[in-house]
Amino acid sequence: MSALASQASQRESAAQARARAQRLKLLKNIGIAALIVLTLAIMLFPFYWMILTSLRSQVDNVSRVPVWFFTPTWENYQNVIARNNFLEFTWNSFVIAALSTGFGLVLGLPAAYSIARFKQEGLALAILVARLTPYITYLVPWYLAFRSLGLIDTYVALTLTHLIVGMPLIVWIMISFFENVPQDLEEAAFVDGATRIGAFMRVILPLSMPGIVAASILAFIFSWNQFLFSLVLSGPNTRPVPVAVFNFISYGQIDFGGLGAAAVLITLPVIILTLIIQRWIVTGLTMGAVKG
Amino acid sequence: MKSFSAFVDKNARFIFPLPAVLAILVLIVAPVVTNFVLSLYDYFVGGRPVYIGLENYQRAFGDARVWNGIRNTFYFTFTAVPLQLVLGIAIATLFNRDFPGKGIARTVILLPMVATPVAIALIWALMFNPSLGVLNYFLESLGLPRSLWVAQSNLAIPSLVLVDTWQWSPMIALILLAAMQSVPAEHYEAARIDGASGWQSFWHITIPSIRSAIVVALILRAVDALKTFDIIYVITEGGPGIASETLNVLAFKTGFQFFHAGYAATLLIFLMFTVLGIAILLNVIRRRV
Repeated sequence: MSALASQASQRESAAQARARAQRLKLLKNIGIAALIVLTLAIMLFPFYWMILTSLRSQVDNVSRVPVWFFTPTWENYQNVIARNNFLEFTWNSFVIAALSTGFGLVLGLPAAYSIARFKQEGLALAILVARLTPYITYLVPWYLAFRSLGLIDTYVALTLTHLIVGMPLIVWIMISFFENVPQDLEEAAFVDGATRIGAFMRVILPLSMPGIVAASILAFIFSWNQFLFSLVLSGPNTRPVPVAVFNFISYGQIDFGGLGAAAVLITLPVIILTLIIQRWIVTGLTMGAVKG
Repeated sequence: MKSFSAFVDKNARFIFPLPAVLAILVLIVAPVVTNFVLSLYDYFVGGRPVYIGLENYQRAFGDARVWNGIRNTFYFTFTAVPLQLVLGIAIATLFNRDFPGKGIARTVILLPMVATPVAIALIWALMFNPSLGVLNYFLESLGLPRSLWVAQSNLAIPSLVLVDTWQWSPMIALILLAAMQSVPAEHYEAARIDGASGWQSFWHITIPSIRSAIVVALILRAVDALKTFDIIYVITEGGPGIASETLNVLAFKTGFQFFHAGYAATLLIFLMFTVLGIAILLNVIRRRV
């Protein structure tokens, strides 16, 4: 009888323990979910605030207590675009980013192929050092050289300098791509009478298209975001958006809504491009230290 | 034509990288060499260069503003990077599991590091605004005193560290997450059978398995933090006064606001050696772990 009772109570306490473990697990999961949501909220908040600021009237923007709910207005966007030549600056940014990415590909792809095929690790390292050295190191000599050549405020100066941002990225991303193209395919092309350049153009490059697209988009984003070179080397004719927006704050009273709208307009293209190649972002930022 | 392509084929290893090598020589090596030469001259942009030997270096060593810049550079870097490492490990651990919306979550944490830094800096500047900024509203809602943020000398660098940490902790997290996902599940299985707690298997399995990724993340972050320019220049321009003026920002002002090219080159040489020195040092550590 007592044996039976103790068995029953044992069974009961086992069930209780299981229930407790389950409750604990549920609690742990809720805790984890809360932490994940908190992390994401912190990461997103400045973007959310940027958008709110861009859609609020100036009166609401300078209210001492933040205005969370309001009727959105497009006025800030209209002002930024109409009054501040925003489209012109956007065009400048686009031209510089496109040209520097294009040249980055022309120079970077053959170099990456050569590094991958002929195991030129010294060259790879030299390009890495170029990425690690502070960009500002090059800027004083560049400024003096471009100044004496009369190239300040030209697309030439900006494209050449932005090349130094994009090309290393392209090379480092493409090395691992080219290493993965089977050498047999290339050798088959040689047997068919293709030259090295022919094999590179018709066999290697088409097979590496996904990598080339990712590398190009990354180089484009980095040029688009570049501030320091453009701050020194651009002028009224070539000023890209980041510098234009920076100048925006230097003049007198701050137009919060205008700033918000401008910030949204610069960031939007980058975010769209990021969504396309998100797998490659970390690879690019870490110069291939982390594979996508 | 045939002999040309035969020539290219034979020398492909030199010809393929040639354009890139030329670009590096002209755009990177030549400027670095020029800096060494410039640093020996007293030279203002547009003026006449006067050879002064090592006087710029002597001057730099006795220049309180340079020391202030060095101090600020290290203060910023060695506060921001360890903080980001801890948060990066935490976020990676948090994300290293299956949960609904994992893909979206990973995309969200990419945004701070790809968004245009000038835009990011402007928004943080608005949020830091002592009278109208939303951060003070949050502090007040939590019952905390308002802060002057970047407007107060001793808070300027910590506030900038906050921005940098928001921006870059996710990168460390994503580097470490990739490493964590390649730790074989059997290791954790074996530990569980041996009765290890979650905390124990984190310390004894996860951390040792990802230590080389940790060092890689540290190298990349330390190097980038030492040369942070955009957010500092846009949010504080090195101010208030020179309270957040890093070596990078000081060199920029010396070169492009005071137009003292020779002295700027001297500071840049110092900055370059500091950054590359730390990169090499950390790389030596990486080989040993």
